[in-house]
Amino acid sequence: MAIEVRIPTILRPYTGGAKIVEGSADSLAGLIADLEINYPGLSDRLLEDGALRRFINIYIDDEDVRFIGGLQAPLADGNSVTILPAVAGG
Amino acid sequence: MRFDSLLESVGHTPMVGLPNLSPSADVRLWAKLEDRNPTGSVKDRAALAMIEAAEADGTLTPGAAIIEPTSGNTGISLAMASRLKGYQLICVMPENVSPERVQLLTMWGAQIIASPAAGGSNEAVRVAKEIAEQNPDWVMLYQYGNPANVDAHYRGTGPEILADLPTVTHFVAGLGTTGTLMGAGRFLREHRPEIQIVAAEPRYGELVYGLRNIDEGFVPELYDESVLTRRYSVGPRDAVRRTRELLEVEGIFAGISTGAILHAALGMADKAVKAGDSADIAFIVCDGGWKYLSTGAYEGTLDDAEDALDGQLWA
Repeated sequence: MAIEVRIPTILRPYTGGAKIVEGSADSLAGLIADLEINYPGLSDRLLEDGALRRFINIYIDDEDVRFIGGLQAPLADGNSVTILPAVAGG
Repeated sequence: MRFDSLLESVGHTPMVGLPNLSPSADVRLWAKLEDRNPTGSVKDRAALAMIEAAEADGTLTPGAAIIEPTSGNTGISLAMASRLKGYQLICVMPENVSPERVQLLTMWGAQIIASPAAGGSNEAVRVAKEIAEQNPDWVMLYQYGNPANVDAHYRGTGPEILADLPTVTHFVAGLGTTGTLMGAGRFLREHRPEIQIVAAEPRYGELVYGLRNIDEGFVPELYDESVLTRRYSVGPRDAVRRTRELLEVEGIFAGISTGAILHAALGMADKAVKAGDSADIAFIVCDGGWKYLSTGAYEGTLDDAEDALDGQLWA
């Protein structure tokens, strides 16, 4: 079993239009590096100077990674990862 | 309780226990009923505070026009206060909000400018900023960056929760402008340093995230990540499921965003039970379900509701 990654519309040009892709890693940083192999350019849209871009939110099983270790957040097979652009509420 | 006018009656909302949804006598859930505000939502607090602050510093003068980007509740609160205080209100609102919100705003006398559905509230913010620039006489209170929004919760919501529930261990609220979490969160942490401040943000359908590029993303100026302990993204299915459960099991008829918050609160309760900790988890009921009856969230199966909410700004 791999890790399922949900890609937002705006980043699908990097995944050949795929809405859901799969990766394998034991941390978020590892996952992004793994995805970059099959989907070149994606990593640069997620990271800036080695950190998560300000307007990108990533969730592991619905929890914001910034509160569970950031790029070092641990991952295991079966986790679901969701990438979303930051939008306003209110 | 007696007040001199409707505006004076903002806040001081009840907190009720949820004996049926709480997992045990040691892990308890408490609902802060913000739907008991004058226009039926938590936003009355921020709206009135922002108007009073702008009056105090001279930004807002008699008869002035106010423009504000809003997905509904803040606009409704501002419309009521503007009506009573003699201001003209123009709301910039995404076109994919429920018709009830449009009707209410119109009844309170607000003018509505629709912004495109794609991009959700981001677009409303962008359009409102553009219009404000073209009309320098209009006052934009700007709920996403106005410290009075945070202050309303630091002075009101936070102290009310601590007074009613001195043993509070968790505070769970929705993340929109971030005002409730920043204000009440900061206050509660000052008095209960170990408290967990938990955010539940709505996860909408794809249309709402339809930005043209990542740099158009939006993080409210008020947001300070260090106030939060955890942050969850809650989709429409979980939000609707919990909204219905809250009504069926505890009798509380709440809006859909409250379901998302309850989902996160129940997650915290579950963690506390597993860890063998005792917990008093306070969460915000943002508004009642009335404004969302037409969305399809309150009838049919969960699948039906999930389909119906796709593309709507349901929180």
